[in-house]
Amino acid sequence: MDLSYSPEDRAFQDEIRAFLAEALPARLSDKVRTGAELTKADMEAWHAILNAKGWLATTWPKEFGGPGWTPVQRHIFEEECCRAFAPRVVPFGLNMLGPVLMRFGTPAQQQAYLPRILSGADWWCQGYSEPGAGSDLASLRTRAIRDGDTYVVNGQKTWTTLGQHANRIFCLVRTSTEGKPQQGISFLLIDLAAPGIEMRPIRLIEGGHEVNEVFFTDVRVPITNRVGAENEGWTIAKFLLGHERTNIAGVGFAVQAFEQLRAFARRPRGNGRRLIDDLLFAARLSEIEIELEAMKITNLRLLVAAQQTGAPGPESSMLKIKGTQIRQALNDLARRALGPAAAPFPLEALEGNAALVPLDQAANAARYFNSRKLSIFGGSNEIQRNILAKAKLGL
Amino acid sequence: MDFEPSDDRRVLADTLTRFLAAEYPIAHRNAVAYAAPYHDPDKWARLSDLGLLYALAPEAQGGMGGAGFDIATVFQPLGAALCPEPVLAALLSARLLVAAGHDLDPLLSGRTRYAAAIGEIDAPYDPAEITCAAQGGATGWTLHGRKSVVYGGGTADRLLVAARASEAVGLFEVASEAVEITAYGMIDGGGAAEVFLDATPAALLLPDAEATLHDALDHGALALCAEAVGAMDTAQALLLDHLRTRQQFGQPIGSFQALQHRMVDLTIEIEQARSITILAASRMGAEQQSRTVSMAKSHIGRTAKLVAEELIQLHGGIGMTWEHPAAHYAKRLVMIDHQLGDTDFHLQRVMAGYRGA
Ligand SMILES: Cc1cc2nc3c(=O)[nH]c(=O)nc-3n(C[C@H](O)[C@H](O)[C@H](O)COP(=O)(O)OP(=O)(O)OC[C@H]3O[C@@H](n4cnc5c(N)ncnc54)[C@H](O)[C@@H]3O)c2cc1C
Repeated sequence: MDLSYSPEDRAFQDEIRAFLAEALPARLSDKVRTGAELTKADMEAWHAILNAKGWLATTWPKEFGGPGWTPVQRHIFEEECCRAFAPRVVPFGLNMLGPVLMRFGTPAQQQAYLPRILSGADWWCQGYSEPGAGSDLASLRTRAIRDGDTYVVNGQKTWTTLGQHANRIFCLVRTSTEGKPQQGISFLLIDLAAPGIEMRPIRLIEGGHEVNEVFFTDVRVPITNRVGAENEGWTIAKFLLGHERTNIAGVGFAVQAFEQLRAFARRPRGNGRRLIDDLLFAARLSEIEIELEAMKITNLRLLVAAQQTGAPGPESSMLKIKGTQIRQALNDLARRALGPAAAPFPLEALEGNAALVPLDQAANAARYFNSRKLSIFGGSNEIQRNILAKAKLGL
Repeated sequence: MDFEPSDDRRVLADTLTRFLAAEYPIAHRNAVAYAAPYHDPDKWARLSDLGLLYALAPEAQGGMGGAGFDIATVFQPLGAALCPEPVLAALLSARLLVAAGHDLDPLLSGRTRYAAAIGEIDAPYDPAEITCAAQGGATGWTLHGRKSVVYGGGTADRLLVAARASEAVGLFEVASEAVEITAYGMIDGGGAAEVFLDATPAALLLPDAEATLHDALDHGALALCAEAVGAMDTAQALLLDHLRTRQQFGQPIGSFQALQHRMVDLTIEIEQARSITILAASRMGAEQQSRTVSMAKSHIGRTAKLVAEELIQLHGGIGMTWEHPAAHYAKRLVMIDHQLGDTDFHLQRVMAGYRGA
């Protein structure tokens, strides 16, 4: 048993730190630290910086332009990026569609789309969920009907994260109503500029705009935009789920939130006292730290196992559940740490003389409410429990 | 033993419930709760005309109630409808004015709006930690310092301010025009304000007001508990309806036993919260008032958050959206824990009761 990183891993860590110290613009890390909304240009700027270094598509093999890192190296990279308050890489093209195209795409599709994902020419969004098909994704009803060389698509997708910035969407659509619902699904690449597509914003609980609904009315999509065989989209969807689960534990984000909260709690207040000296608060924080320390090791144990077997098992559902619980608990405590001062609506941002709390804490309540999504999307925590009960415990 | 409300209180609760259902449908509630002045001035006037505020003060001072159960009777429907009106500010102020022997009618009739400026950034809950200063001089008193997150402070005509004069914390009255006020909306709707006192002229109401402040805050905390119970009842109804109607995997999600058990656990917690709130209401003005209110507020802090989180989680994505009432109930239920003492603050007050026992 040896819990330390190898000398190679440590050298790798140093290299990442040095890069971040030099290349990450302070205006971006400041926004991440204070929970300010990143603009499309902010996200694109960070992608471009990473791409220039060859570190954008961390899950891609070398031949497609990735760095060819091991899972442990990817983990170190993600940890360091969080520590430095780097913006999050937008996952839809890089971590979702990219791997799908490499595995199931034609050479023509790979050549057409992969370089554009790296260069930022395309911004993809994920069109899986529908109003009637959430946890039960296979019941999706958006129809694609063959008409010569094209599909004609009608229906609605929803919860499309950052669709407002996207120019393309990858969709699961129904191409057959025969057999089991899973058997009639296909995977389509759709240009959002095509006639018949309308995108509408959905406002979230805390007031932010990060998801959308997308309506398709007689949208014509060339059949060459189908990935994989017709009616075999479910295989792709399942494959993609495995990739969605990389970094699912979100340990780096939890460490970031924990450090921010601890630093805040150690600051002397106007009356000279510190929140950390409140025994009940310290107990709550300690309980979370204990879970977090355990989570780091659980995560590494599963990472190393996946590195050996080549694929994450159903145990990744444990990471999803525990990882999101820890992050939500931290957001909860960070909100509570402010007392009445958590109340102002964040868009009202009390500034200067009127400010109630340091800028990096002002959005704590909003962050807490927004983070409730973590246990809903990417397969809800209830669905993860169903998976564990069946696939891991055999119940 | 009798857990039925009196006829008067039942009539008040029914009247209020009907009024709120008609006048504050969720879309209207959201429209007024999140935009300045963060409530509906016309409807506030009509609520006052219903005599709502009179229920908050004892008969001896011109009110028509003022007991713990009267307060709960008013606040539970307010919570059920997520009403953003500054009734809490009126209640706190009424308690303070009663203690000061002040004429209450301008407040109870709704003609004059008062807000209680007690909390400060570094004295969020406990009046003993107040640092705002009061200075007496030949021309009267002046106040210095800042009051934070004053509920209803942006729309008040008059402010009741707690400030420290030499040793004791006193209670003062100032006109809103005399102070600098930064009003803002809260994340769960409704308005609050930062109040900046800079040699502000003030009238002294009570030279030693600490016990009065504690008593007012106890009453406010009880009101918040009742408000939470009302909001939890609506949340539970929303959730039950969703579990019965939302279909996934070809069946209502309420048919999944995992979710049934979660719903049952929630129901047990809500009933416990209701019970401790009833107990606290019964002890207002009696021995153990403070400790029992703290038990209730500590319980509510935990339970209301649990209900809020389950409300969102079991709704799925739709519960995360501004368009759905669940999101707004969830925000209110969570943010009640940030008002007048959170679950741990009140737990500490309960724990303090063991000392010397
Ligand atoms: C902020 C946000 C961003 C998102 N981004 C995207 C995106 O970019 N692209 C995309 O395609 N989708 C996205 N989603 C959708 C997300 O994947 C779905 O919300 C999720 O699958 C849950 O579906 P639902 O919301 O319809 O809830 P439902 O499936 O209706 O679930 C409601 C509740 O029932 C529970 N439940 C359902 N079935 C069972 C069962 N069998 N046993 C026990 N409990 C059950 C659920 O766990 C949940 O608590 C996003 C969602 C959110 C909130």
